[in-house]
Amino acid sequence: MSINYGSKRIVVGAHYGMRDWLSQRVTAALMALFTLVVLVQVLLPGPMGYDKWAGIFAAQWMKVLTFVVIVSLLWHAWVGVRDIWMDYVKPVGLRLVLQVGTLVWLVGCAGWALQVLWRL
Amino acid sequence: MAQTPRPVFRNIHVSQIVAYRLPPAGIVSILHRISGALMFVLMPFIIWLFDTSLTSEVSYERFTSAFTVGIGFVPGVLVKLVVLALIWAYLHHFIAGVRHLWMDMTHSVSKAQGHSSAIVTLGASVVLTVLLGARLFGLY
Repeated sequence: MSINYGSKRIVVGAHYGMRDWLSQRVTAALMALFTLVVLVQVLLPGPMGYDKWAGIFAAQWMKVLTFVVIVSLLWHAWVGVRDIWMDYVKPVGLRLVLQVGTLVWLVGCAGWALQVLWRL
Repeated sequence: MAQTPRPVFRNIHVSQIVAYRLPPAGIVSILHRISGALMFVLMPFIIWLFDTSLTSEVSYERFTSAFTVGIGFVPGVLVKLVVLALIWAYLHHFIAGVRHLWMDMTHSVSKAQGHSSAIVTLGASVVLTVLLGARLFGLY
């Protein structure tokens, strides 16, 4: 990928924004896969209850997949919400406050979700 | 020499938004953004659902009763309505996202394809939301 810092930083032309574009799609695909994996396990025969539901997330491979999805969600939501601020909020100071708030919000949420996952 | 004034196009002001008639692809696009923002704002609630449903059998009971008798001062029907909004947001965001991936992979970027795939996206997300919503509210 092209140099994205310093005096040789490329701000125009192809590939600028490529990283965000690609990460948005890769993280989306991972979350879509996760959705299908959860859905299939929910629809497997057997009464729905705590045992079945917790059992889905208790498997080690499922914990790893869920971990990857939580990180993907954090990244995906950061790119998306940052786009919203960049489109609608022009004052730099306010935009910075909102972006920092977004990061705190997302990292806090991801931390909580991981805590839930890991104590299972 | 009298020239006819050339048309000037400026950025849309907030007050003009309602006067603009969006094509289906535009509706899908703005709803993609709104649904994403909604899920971002409600993320703590989603993780709370994840937490209470998984942590223990006692918390699982609290999770299920939140939908029937409510939680704290919040009645169960309100919990269901918020979850219904989240179901719609997830479905719309998911299908609109798959539409993006499909357009990227197959270069389906003509006006006609954008139009028809947008209508499919809107239809599918609404139909699935109605089906899951009916289940959520115990209609079947």
